[in-house]
Amino acid sequence: MWTWFHKFGSPPHAYRLLGKLAPWFGWTSLALILLATWWGLVKAPADYQQGDGFRILYVHAPSAWMSMFIYVVMAIAAAIGLIWRMKIAHAASAACAPVGASFTLLALVTGAIWGKPMWGTWWVWDARLTSELILLFLYLGYMALRSSFDDPQRADRAAAVLAIVGVINIPIIHYSVEWWTTLHQPASVTKMSRPTIALPMLIPLFLMIIGFQLYFGWVLCRRLRGEILRRERNASWLKEA
Amino acid sequence: MSLAPTWQAARLVLQRDLTLATRRWDEAAQPLIFYVVVTTLFPLATTPDLSQLRVISGGVVWVAALLASLLALESLFRSDVEDGTMEQWVLSGQPLGWLLLAKVLAHWILTGLPLVLMAPVVGTALGLPFSAWGTLMLSLLMGTGTLSILGGIGAALTVGVRRGSVLLSLLVLPLAMPLLIFGARAVAMAMDGESPSGPLQLLAAIFFLSLSLGPLAMSAAIRISVEN
Amino acid sequence: MSLQDFFEMGGYAAYVWPCYALTAIVLCWNAWAARRSEVAEQLAARRRMDHPSEGR
Repeated sequence: MWTWFHKFGSPPHAYRLLGKLAPWFGWTSLALILLATWWGLVKAPADYQQGDGFRILYVHAPSAWMSMFIYVVMAIAAAIGLIWRMKIAHAASAACAPVGASFTLLALVTGAIWGKPMWGTWWVWDARLTSELILLFLYLGYMALRSSFDDPQRADRAAAVLAIVGVINIPIIHYSVEWWTTLHQPASVTKMSRPTIALPMLIPLFLMIIGFQLYFGWVLCRRLRGEILRRERNASWLKEA
Repeated sequence: MSLAPTWQAARLVLQRDLTLATRRWDEAAQPLIFYVVVTTLFPLATTPDLSQLRVISGGVVWVAALLASLLALESLFRSDVEDGTMEQWVLSGQPLGWLLLAKVLAHWILTGLPLVLMAPVVGTALGLPFSAWGTLMLSLLMGTGTLSILGGIGAALTVGVRRGSVLLSLLVLPLAMPLLIFGARAVAMAMDGESPSGPLQLLAAIFFLSLSLGPLAMSAAIRISVEN
Repeated sequence: MSLQDFFEMGGYAAYVWPCYALTAIVLCWNAWAARRSEVAEQLAARRRMDHPSEGR
């Protein structure tokens, strides 16, 4: 396993491997996302309380999931980059940020839009949306710190420290926001009303999440390849690629 | 490894920073003045009615303390990095975390502690009752302490960045939101007669967590900022 | 579900469709940006190989 790990750290190997993986990730993710969309919009039965409006769940929940998942991946890659001094890990961390921030923004906007017919307002300070908002701030801060350095190595390492500090804070932030929202209103009013979901309604959700995950894999492959080329400016292996 | 040289070094750093600050009173006083000015903004923006202000008094004092602390944090490491002292510390072989913690402590004594002591005054101006003074001060004591450490990490990361103060705030504020939630809530509970021990204990837990992990992150960040 | 029902989404069309549209935009944008950055770096690398004496 370690040989694989260190092999991956070698840029020419990684470049080739990522190039081979990308189409697999890409096409399967496309298929799954389309399938999940059709299933969620057409095949799944309408909700008892929310009618067809609940179908927003099928894009909102996977986005929220990805926003958090990607941050964790970003932080783990950052830690690997710092500990083992692997440029590729830092490159992966950098590649995660724009996608992660996009999903966070998407989760926020779809959550807000979903809120209007459900609670009558465009924004509510409920636990999920507030946590996503703070997560967006963390992503933006990460990207701002990265871009404020001219030296790419320094940018990598400083951003890595920030990502790790951020990921440690995320459980604390989640818990404190959860605690904060239960103080003034009974839980039933503030929670995104999701009654016990029946299995036929869950399937498109799982399909969409897996589709998004594979999509993220594809995006990461593409961006990482670009980053590898950028960081290996004058290496001789480039001629073979 | 004997602890004595580290302890002495840390103590020297503490003494040096405190002495330096006494020669620049205005710099130490500015965050405090900012604090008072900001708390004045809220009644002006809303209402002079104390019974209404009372409801948000804990939150306003906390937010003002947060912002005033952030203002002061930008200069925490700047002068030492610029004149090369920090590089010496990194190379010295002394555990960097302790030296940085000593600096943070000095900084907190000069900027954080005055905010804590001044809090009952500005709180009362917003209608905060005497019964909540203790909770207000205790929560701010732990809160400003944690914030100094979190801010120290942010300052260490942004020390080389031009006009890094806005970036510093952008980085530190999201991390400080749990502090704000628990601290302000503790004060509100004390005002309502409930026991604030829950959120106060959570604040304490966060403080000790940052005390143990913070110096690690700070020294990593300083090394990155200083090394070539 | 008829085509009519599909478009109307039980009256929630104004909410459901913008959400799905935004999702499609986000996914397409990220895909395009990722591919574009990879291609840009490939072109830059090729340029450097063909003209090794030129500065970056």
